[in-house]
Amino acid sequence: MFEFLTNPAQLADVLSTALRFSIPLIFAAMGGLLCERAGVFNIALEGQMLFGAFGAAVGGYYFGTAYAGLFVAVGFGVISGLLLAILGITLRVNQIVVGIAIILFATGFTSFMSRLLFPGGGNSLTLEGFGPIAVPFLSDIPIVGGVLFSQNGMVYSALLLVVAVHFLLFRTRAGMSIRAVGESPAAADAAGIHVLRTRYACVITGSALAALGGAYLVLTQVLLFSDNMSAGKGFIALAAIVLGRWQPKVAFLACLLFGFFDAVQLRLQFNNPEIPFQVFAALPYLVSILALVGLMGRASPPSAIGQPYDREMR
Amino acid sequence: MNRGDVRSSAAQTDSETQFQARLLGIIRIVFLLKTVWAVIAALLLGAILILLAGGDPLEGYSALFRGAFADYWGIGDTLVRMSPLLLAGLAVIIPLRAGLFNIGAEGQIYIGALFATIAALYLPEYLPGLVRIVLCIIVGALGGALWATIPGLLKAYRGTNEIITSLLLSYVAVNLIGAVLHMWLIEPGAPYPYSREVPEEVILPIFLPRTQAHVGIMISWIAALVVAVMFWKTTLGQSIQVVGHNKHAAAYAGLNVKRLTVLSFALGGSMGGLAGVFEVLGLKYRLFDHFSPGYGMQGIIVAFLAALNPIGAIFAAIFLGGLQVGAGAMQRATGIDTTMVAALQGLVVLCVALGLALKFHPDRWQRRIVAWRSSR
Amino acid sequence: MTEAPDRLTLEGITKRFGPFCANNDVNLQIAEHSIHAILGENGAGKSTLMNIIYGLYTPDAGRILSRGREVTISDPREAMALGIGMVHQHFKQVNTMSVVENVVLGLPGKQILDLGEDRRRVSEMAAELGSAIDPDQLMSTLPIGQQQRVEILKMLYREADLLILDEPTSVLTPNEIESFFKLLRQLRDSGRTILLITHKLDEVMDLSDRVTVMRQGRVEAELEISDTTPRELARVMVGRDVVFDVAHTKPRVGAPVLEVEGISAVDDRGVQALHNLSLKVRGGEILGIVGIDGNGQRELAEAVVGLRELTGGTISISGTDTKSYGPNERKHKLKVGYVPEDRQKVGLDLDSDISLNMVLRGYRQAPYSNFGLMDYARIRTHAEDLAKRYDVRMRGVSQRVRDLSGGNQQKIILAREIEDDPKVLVVSQPTKGLDVGAIEFVQRTLLSQRDEGAGILYISSELDELLLVADRLAVIFKGRIVGELPASEATPEKLGLLMTGRDIHEQG
Repeated sequence: MFEFLTNPAQLADVLSTALRFSIPLIFAAMGGLLCERAGVFNIALEGQMLFGAFGAAVGGYYFGTAYAGLFVAVGFGVISGLLLAILGITLRVNQIVVGIAIILFATGFTSFMSRLLFPGGGNSLTLEGFGPIAVPFLSDIPIVGGVLFSQNGMVYSALLLVVAVHFLLFRTRAGMSIRAVGESPAAADAAGIHVLRTRYACVITGSALAALGGAYLVLTQVLLFSDNMSAGKGFIALAAIVLGRWQPKVAFLACLLFGFFDAVQLRLQFNNPEIPFQVFAALPYLVSILALVGLMGRASPPSAIGQPYDREMR
Repeated sequence: MNRGDVRSSAAQTDSETQFQARLLGIIRIVFLLKTVWAVIAALLLGAILILLAGGDPLEGYSALFRGAFADYWGIGDTLVRMSPLLLAGLAVIIPLRAGLFNIGAEGQIYIGALFATIAALYLPEYLPGLVRIVLCIIVGALGGALWATIPGLLKAYRGTNEIITSLLLSYVAVNLIGAVLHMWLIEPGAPYPYSREVPEEVILPIFLPRTQAHVGIMISWIAALVVAVMFWKTTLGQSIQVVGHNKHAAAYAGLNVKRLTVLSFALGGSMGGLAGVFEVLGLKYRLFDHFSPGYGMQGIIVAFLAALNPIGAIFAAIFLGGLQVGAGAMQRATGIDTTMVAALQGLVVLCVALGLALKFHPDRWQRRIVAWRSSR
Repeated sequence: MTEAPDRLTLEGITKRFGPFCANNDVNLQIAEHSIHAILGENGAGKSTLMNIIYGLYTPDAGRILSRGREVTISDPREAMALGIGMVHQHFKQVNTMSVVENVVLGLPGKQILDLGEDRRRVSEMAAELGSAIDPDQLMSTLPIGQQQRVEILKMLYREADLLILDEPTSVLTPNEIESFFKLLRQLRDSGRTILLITHKLDEVMDLSDRVTVMRQGRVEAELEISDTTPRELARVMVGRDVVFDVAHTKPRVGAPVLEVEGISAVDDRGVQALHNLSLKVRGGEILGIVGIDGNGQRELAEAVVGLRELTGGTISISGTDTKSYGPNERKHKLKVGYVPEDRQKVGLDLDSDISLNMVLRGYRQAPYSNFGLMDYARIRTHAEDLAKRYDVRMRGVSQRVRDLSGGNQQKIILAREIEDDPKVLVVSQPTKGLDVGAIEFVQRTLLSQRDEGAGILYISSELDELLLVADRLAVIFKGRIVGELPASEATPEKLGLLMTGRDIHEQG
């Protein structure tokens, strides 16, 4: 059953698919990580990916280019982030409740609007997407070349994003403030950091990133929009954040792991038609759960996560 | 002391004090009804969506509510729809009272349906129908409870985030059902995966003639009552709520927080399981692949709308069920797609969440009223 | 005094929280280069006032002048720009960050972090303040006294010249306080102004140049230290002549009720918190546990009441080995009462009403429930009775506990833990954050329990309180009892040595 792991062509294909499958997770995980580092629980990643996917389809369909799709997707991400920020930060509604509300709203809203905006529904679209960009020379290396160096632009951006988020959090003054706000907003406030402003910035940016993850699904993978197409990926990204112990680099590896299992299950489906495909389709979800369970030691999230900050709380 | 100062000012009379008290009472009621305001706000926002779709909101809504509540068959359909919504709502409410988010009721519904189907197909035929029905119900509820026990156990003993695990387990459950159907229960020659039909003896009786309203609906009401009594009257319900308020205080009170975590999840899961049981024994008579249109997630809407009150959940489920049933009538009358109702449900949750930000502070309002009366 | 305007002037500051008026028309003048004390008991409004000066709270009325110029301070940033720095009673620090990160946090500078220079300056300044601090050490791993130095350093790093210190000595041992005072005088002499908030008379007399006394949100007096006496200050602070009249009679000691033998336990992070600790409490006596917070007090209390597992040793209550007894059985069968340190987080369910909280540890037993069914009517009458006896001020027993004052919350816990005549009572910081009236009530209640024969384990970081109430004292340090002595022989100096782990006898 696992002979594809020794077949160079199939292995290259699986690895390449694995990387592609992990990209939306990476966008969402980095976005969520940014929010959580600032002390805001963004359980809404799933809904924001869906918003992003929908936005990408709208932009791509009405303006005819994939770039417009990205632009509209980010717009939807920003709006959903603003919603989470206003309700969960300013109005201090339980952030988990707000997150779930956003997911449910995204599900209903996109499914209705896609029927309204796309003749024949989102499923019948054929959008223009991003094609692969081969890096000269490097893409000719066997296996590695195909896996790493002949991907589309969004793949490269996602990889850069991981570096960027890590750099932001641990090598810049702004990042230090973000971490302080997530660990101890009272201390950050007393040190002169704008707690709410920092949280707003992180939540809006993070939500936009999650939306990019959704846009990736539309603009590089399926070139259409279908109902509820995020299919739990937002939650897998949440699992990746926990598994990554709120470290961008480790969360990135977790995303790769989940993407890998997704690619493997797809290959297994393809190679084993006699076995019901659902047996394999459940694999990525199971792996995510098992990874969370098997997590060695208790990973501790930023201490102030989920707690709205109120300076005059007594 | 401040209140006393103001009251003693010269203009204050008994009738004035009474007026102010009444005003405060009215404001309190306005706040109590905030869910109603949230629903109205959502309906108004939904009207915008209908306008966007080129429809007439008044016409659309009236078709919708007539379709759901105005005739016998509509009511029957609404009841059929409300039962799984109510049970899914209870599946969310029970753990949430303990401070735990069960957003995986969908999976519990599927596992409940699977267990019930297997029981229905394989329970020995010499057992009387009623006994088999009761066994199917018990087995299905147990199935849902077992499935929910997984995130409960992981939360209690490993500290694993129950939101993530319960949701991901739903996807596992859906795929599990698909696989089991393919490999075992499938009706030979079926064009798409569904199981063999359950024996006639285990099919739930219909209580509204010529509709699909089955006895399972009544059982779901009883379940809501039982859950309500549990929270109002029993030490178990009280303990679950103490855990929900404050885990440290719960441990101090001598409660076994871990066990209560698992138990509240399992109780919630059994409600989800029941929803699955009734879909099979009451409505479809077979186990279909992907039979739930997202009841698990919609249960969250029910729970929020009901403000976690089990009796409130009955009304919330009737409302939501009505929306879903009326959607078809609305589409036939005005051409607006049925998914409009899905968007509307989203708006409802969002508005209810917004309403959570509005808290009633009697002291603040008292001061405002006094300031207003004395400024005149 | 001098011609120069005062460093800081407050005029008519008023601040309300809901119906409660925390500051009422407060006036204050702080001279340059002085140590100015704000004296008042808990709840007098000192901290609120300081938070207003630091821009954390916005006053409802009044104005603030810095060196004669009117300013509005709506944010700590603005306070810092005016040279005002504050060290809070609960340090505002990020535990997961290093010392240097904590110091530079929130300061402007190049976006790309390069802390080399800051690191060097932090070390230098620490040396100037008389302590060697590794700038790269994690904040959470520093001893609490050092953390306080970092907090001060943080303010000086921001070139603050007016330092507000909120109850700074509450985390220090008597011996550390000496050197801390030296540091404060040194800071004053180098041109800084210090605003010291405290409820301890002797600190004010020792250290400050001028004192403002607050009571119930108002300024009662502003005095030169040279013109006043401790007695006068005490009277102004409390509002009547103070005779510390918690009548402390000789104990009538009975048989041992609590025997702790060689116990060990770990804290929440899994670090060993109790090492082979032994102690004994007899019926009718109060054993005071002295020590700086975080030396295992919480773990000791929890181990005794059954909320924390032992990794070694035994605990016997009235001669019964408690090994197989959970918290419930200890409370109801062995009669162990427990007043936890954190009453809001542990001792009460703030979101439930008074009546449930009165039976929080007993509602699952008869008569408050039967066969799993709650008897709310009985719970209600029981609560009404207790509330009356313990003088809980409330609108009714169905009021949420969250909306009660700290003193009333503590009365609920006391009522609940005492009403079934405990044999052993574990009380942890029972007077923390309470005003004098409530403190007296708590102490009198505990003493009368003692006289009725209960053995009381009284944990507190307030030395004065323990010296007043306890019959014997045991000093806890790093999870061990490092010394025991009768209260009559104890002095702050002796205890201070023990609290930092030094043996009295070493000193001769």
